[in-house]
Amino acid sequence: MLVVFLGTITFAAVVEGINPPSLVQSIDPTKVSQTPPFDNPGLRKVGTNEYEAYYVARIFSFTPQHLVVPVGAQIHFFVTSSDVEHGFSVPETGINTMVTPGWVSEVSHTFKQPGKYLLVCNEYCGAGHQTMATDIVVK
Amino acid sequence: MSYEVRRSVENENLLVLAHIYTATAALVLGALFGLLQGFSRANFIVIPAWFDYYRILTAHGVLMALVFTTFFLTGLFTFATYRSMPRIRSVKLGWIGWGVMLVGTVMAAATIISGNATVLYTFYAPLKAHPAFYFGALILILGTWIVAADVVRNVVAFKRSNAGTPIPLPAYASIITLVMWVIATLGVAAEMLLLIPWSLGWTPGIDVELTRVLFWYFGHPLVYFWIMGAYLIWYLIVPATYGGKTFSDALTRLAFIFLLLFSTPVGLHHQFLEPSIHSIWKYLHMVMTYGVVIPSFMTAFAIFASFELAARRAGQRGFIATVRWLPWTNPTFSGAALGMLLFILGGFGGIVNASYSMDILVHNTMWIVGHFHVTVGGPVALSFIGAAYSLVPALTGRKLFAPKLALAQTYLWFFGMLMMSISMHIAGLLGSPRRTSDVTYFGAAGAQSWHGEMVVAGIGGALLFVSILMFVIVAIGTATHPYKDVDRPSFEFAPVEDAAIAPPPAFDRIGLWAFVAIAVALLAYAGPIHDQLSQHHYLAPGMRTW
Repeated sequence: MLVVFLGTITFAAVVEGINPPSLVQSIDPTKVSQTPPFDNPGLRKVGTNEYEAYYVARIFSFTPQHLVVPVGAQIHFFVTSSDVEHGFSVPETGINTMVTPGWVSEVSHTFKQPGKYLLVCNEYCGAGHQTMATDIVVK
Repeated sequence: MSYEVRRSVENENLLVLAHIYTATAALVLGALFGLLQGFSRANFIVIPAWFDYYRILTAHGVLMALVFTTFFLTGLFTFATYRSMPRIRSVKLGWIGWGVMLVGTVMAAATIISGNATVLYTFYAPLKAHPAFYFGALILILGTWIVAADVVRNVVAFKRSNAGTPIPLPAYASIITLVMWVIATLGVAAEMLLLIPWSLGWTPGIDVELTRVLFWYFGHPLVYFWIMGAYLIWYLIVPATYGGKTFSDALTRLAFIFLLLFSTPVGLHHQFLEPSIHSIWKYLHMVMTYGVVIPSFMTAFAIFASFELAARRAGQRGFIATVRWLPWTNPTFSGAALGMLLFILGGFGGIVNASYSMDILVHNTMWIVGHFHVTVGGPVALSFIGAAYSLVPALTGRKLFAPKLALAQTYLWFFGMLMMSISMHIAGLLGSPRRTSDVTYFGAAGAQSWHGEMVVAGIGGALLFVSILMFVIVAIGTATHPYKDVDRPSFEFAPVEDAAIAPPPAFDRIGLWAFVAIAVALLAYAGPIHDQLSQHHYLAPGMRTW
């Protein structure tokens, strides 16, 4: 049973490339607002139907707020923190990563349905943690 | 018994009781905080800012995961060692260990309650608590090392005067678990050596990822520390409730050796979603995590075999007859057995969490909270409470007060925990974040599906709190029951089925197994720690964001 389970996960990892987010790049957490591209967070078009979304997490908000992204496009999210540990989670989409000061996290997703998606911080970051949320509008 | 021997036994009993009573105090206070959290998330109450949700959450986590469990276990292992072999005359070292643990606990708890360490029980940097919190935690760990030293010196003394005789099984399980604990706590002690100078302002910043890797090097074996204590109870204390025996001496020892070797090299499965760790290390730790499932399967097999053999001796045949025959009205049995049922759910969830690719669906959601409540709050807490119903009367010479209330307490706990944790698992799959005081997000549409689950969890939490109140009545009633030595229930660890077969002598080479365990831990962590030290040197300044 364990062997079958491990085999399935290994197959998914090696053949289909399903791996958790790992080793993207590092950044000085005290200089996030001066370091490109995080000095100007937001959405950038990088291909015909492909975008990069740069986010800064800081107590107790995400920048940008209310990002608008096109439906059906592949979005690569890059997130870093300028203070403490945060989380970056869009419930029920599989977008979920830790945001560690000193590091950039990457997670990719294609929204197939238009709508308003809730984006929350899911790692305790301080007294206002429960207010650290925004939305992503998929059109 | 001569007066001197008797006084010495009383002192030994008192030491074990000191551990159990300290654990009980932490459990009761922790339960009150748990109730408040459940009610806050269900929006039944609003917790005031002067004693805020996150302070309560920190206190709940520290009191339950670190104080209740650790004190009960140091008491249990001291008891198992003293009772299963001739003890070194003095229990002074044991008392020093308990005292040091208590000093550390009071320091850390006072810092949390005063609002100066609202960093949750994982104290992730760069959240910076008052130095007294880190000092308190370090002193608590040092205290456990002193208790471990007391157990080790007793076992060494036994081996010296009984060359060739296997270490008695209860002492064996205790020393193996404590060796694992010492190896694991070296990681968190090292983390404290980084955090303490930083919290004092002597160093300007902290390598966040390094502290996280060191924390989880300790954080997962912590879980196995609890589980190994529950296994000791299942193997060696519970069979007495149905006139059974431990299934196999050698199998029990082998299961504990596996747990010693595989509990440590698995911590990165808590860090799958962290950017700075290479996926190859994450994969390696996932494989090792599945390795640690094996001794749990062995234990499940051995426990059911013990049930069946005892039932057969009593003339019962078949699965249903065996289940019906078991002593479901004995609170020590019902606590452990209901805990085992919850552990089926816990084991299932654990395999999902440890899977490299599925973790992303549940990481930092309420699923995880549901998971550790059906593990530490299920098999562990229920087995500990159930064992206390046998141990405390034997240690005090006072009859268990209101045994029917004690019995009902275990069943109410089971149903409350089932209700709370199943709804937490569902809320987690729907994406509800953990560690958040209020998950309505100002009425956002995406958060609405969680509310119903949080209400059910809040009601489950209330049942658990009522169960704890019943436990308090039994505990206080027992402690104040008139003392009658003739009432003192005898206590014996279960005999083994295969007593005629000596376990392989190699199993008793504790030093060798400790060496192998350290080597395995080093191999599993050399790569990730090397990466952390060599990757970059951005340091994060400390912050107080509460």
